[in-house]
Amino acid sequence: MTNKSSAGFRQRIIALPKPAKIALWVALAVLAYALPLLEPPLISTPGTDFGGVLFTVTVYCMVALGLNIVVGYAGLLDLGYVGFYAIGAYTAAILTSFHASWPLLLAIPVAVAVTMVSGVLLGAPTLRVRGDYLAIVTLGFGEIIRLTAVNIEWLGAAKGISAIQRPPSIELFEIPHLFWDGAVPLVDPDDTTTFLEFGVLDQIPYYWLGLTVVIVLLFADRLIKDSRVGRAWEATREDEDAAELMGVPTFRFKLLAFSTGAFIGGLAGALYASRQSFINPMSFLLLFSILFLAAVVVGGQGNRWGVIVGAIVVAYLPERFREFSEFRVLVFGLALMLLSSFRPEGLLPPRRTVRAKQLEHEIEALEEGQLEEEEAARG
Amino acid sequence: MAESAPGRRVLEVDALTLQFGGLRALDDVSFHINEGEILGLIGPNGAGKTTCFNAVTGVYRPTGGDIRFNGESIVGRKRFQITQMGIARTFQNIRLFRSMTALENVMVGADANHKTGMLSALFRLPRHRVEEQQGHDRAMELLRFMGIHRHADELAANLSYGDQRRLEIARAMATDPKLICLDEPAAGFNPAEKVQLMELIRKVRDQGYTVLLIEHDMRLVMGVTDRIVVLEFGRKIAEGLPDEIRDNPAVIAAYLGVDEEDAS
Repeated sequence: MTNKSSAGFRQRIIALPKPAKIALWVALAVLAYALPLLEPPLISTPGTDFGGVLFTVTVYCMVALGLNIVVGYAGLLDLGYVGFYAIGAYTAAILTSFHASWPLLLAIPVAVAVTMVSGVLLGAPTLRVRGDYLAIVTLGFGEIIRLTAVNIEWLGAAKGISAIQRPPSIELFEIPHLFWDGAVPLVDPDDTTTFLEFGVLDQIPYYWLGLTVVIVLLFADRLIKDSRVGRAWEATREDEDAAELMGVPTFRFKLLAFSTGAFIGGLAGALYASRQSFINPMSFLLLFSILFLAAVVVGGQGNRWGVIVGAIVVAYLPERFREFSEFRVLVFGLALMLLSSFRPEGLLPPRRTVRAKQLEHEIEALEEGQLEEEEAARG
Repeated sequence: MAESAPGRRVLEVDALTLQFGGLRALDDVSFHINEGEILGLIGPNGAGKTTCFNAVTGVYRPTGGDIRFNGESIVGRKRFQITQMGIARTFQNIRLFRSMTALENVMVGADANHKTGMLSALFRLPRHRVEEQQGHDRAMELLRFMGIHRHADELAANLSYGDQRRLEIARAMATDPKLICLDEPAAGFNPAEKVQLMELIRKVRDQGYTVLLIEHDMRLVMGVTDRIVVLEFGRKIAEGLPDEIRDNPAVIAAYLGVDEEDAS
C-alpha cells in the first residue's frame, strides 16, 4: 500500500514540467536552510541545540555520501571509513592550531588532499584483495589511525588538540528566530542568528555551511554517477572479472572510488574538527565506522537520497529522542533487525533494485500460480 | 564453403601450453585465425576449449608458447588492455552486469575505447558529452542489430535467457573488437533458436568482425564456420574445413569415445 502510493507520488513528480521541478527543489532547499530558524515544534530537538544537531546531521550526510561511493557504487566494503574522517580532522587541527596557525580555509584543501593521498596509499596494496578480506584490512586501518593518534605526542596523544580554528566570519545582518506558542509561530526579536558568524554559541552558520557542502556533493555525485566512471564502478561491483574483460581497468576505478570516498570523508572530518574546535582520539572510535556504514545500509546503498535518509536516521533520531537515550542502542539494534527482515535493501533502495524486486515478485507469483494450476489439474 | 581466402592472420596461437600444477590443460596447441573468417573451436568436454579462450583473452597466463594479435604478442598484458587492443568475448555461463540495464551493459562495453575520467564527468567537459553520445548511439545500434532494443531500459537480469545471450554478444561487440570470441553462445538454445543464432553469427562476421566460436553442437559448427580446430585432452588433433573434419577418423573417435591411442 505505502509502496504503491509512494510510487504514484514519484510518478507525479516525474511528470511535472521542468521549471516546476526546479521550483520544487529550490523550495525544498530554502526550507532546509531555514529549518533551524523556524524551529518547528515536533522536529526541533528539546534540550540540545537544534542548530548543532542539524550540523551533525549534515556531517553524517557528507560521510554517508562518500561511503556510498565506496560501498554502494563500487561495492567495496569499507569498515574503516572513520580513519579518513580522522585524517581530515587531524590535518586541519594540526595546521590551524597545534603546529601551525594557518587559516582554516587554507587548511581544508590540504586536509582533503592528505586524506586523498592516504586513501590511495591504503587502496593501492589492499584493493587487490576482495570482499571480506578488504573489510578486515580497512577495519584495521581505522583502528591503526586512532591508535597512532593516541600514542604519538606530536599528534596530541590522548588529550587531543584544542583551539582549532573556525571559518572566517562575515557579520552582515541578524536573522530572528521563530518561537512557537502552541501552533502559533511568533517572531522572537531577542533570539537572533548573525549571518555569518561562526561562533561557539550559535551553531546555525555551521549548519548552513554543512548543508551547502552536502548540496554540492549531491550534484557532483549525480554528475559522476551518470558517466563512464559511474558505470565502471557499477560494472566492477556486479562482476569484477567480466568488467575487466569488457575493457574496464577495474583496479584503477576501485582506487578512484576509494580516494573519492576518502576525499569526502576528509572534508567532513575537517569541518567537524573546526566546529568542535577540539578533537581527541575518542572522537574517532570504531563505533563511528559502524554508524557511518549503518547510515549507508539503512538508507539503501547505491541511492544518494537513500543514504541521506539513512544519515538523518542515524544522526538525528537519537538526538530527538534523548529521553530514551538509555535505550538508544537497544532501540537502534531493534530497528536494524526489523529493517533487515522487512526492508533488506534499505529504506530507500536504488530505483533499479526496487524495479528488479517487483519483477522478481511478479515472476514468482506467476510461477506459483502455474504450480497451483498444475496441481489443480492433477487433482 | 572453402572461401577462407588466405587473408591476414588476426590471431596466431603458437605452441600454446598451459600447465596447472601437474595438469597440462593445453599442450603445444597452435592455430591461427584469418581476418574475416569464422573459426570453430570444438572438442569433447574438458578438451581445453575454454582454457584456450581464457589464455587468448588474458585470464590465464600461458606457461609456454606465444599468442600474437595482429602480430603483437599479448602474453602478460592485462585483461582490459587486451580488450582495448581488440579482442572481445562472451562467457559460457552468462555474466552480465545484472542490476544494470541492457543499454548500460552495452555502454560499459563501448566505454572500453573511451577516456572520460572524473574531471570530464564532473564538469561535463566536451569529451564527456561527445563520448556519452557516441556510446549511447552505438549501444542502441547494437541492441537493434541484436533485436533486443525494445528491452534497452530493462534490467539485464530480467531479460529472457536468449536475450541475455544476445545482450552478451552486443556488449562484446560494443568494445569495437577485431576478433570476437563466442564461448558456446548456443548453450541452452532449442534448434530453432540455434538456426537464428547461426544467421546472427554470420551477420556479425559480415559486419567485418572475425569470429572465434566454441561450440558443442556439431550441426551448428559445421553450418556456420569456415574452418575448424579440434581439441582433445589439451591437444590439437585436427584442423581443416568442416567437410574434412566431419570425415576425420580421429575426430570421430574423440566424439564417439572409441579407444584412442594418445594417452595423456
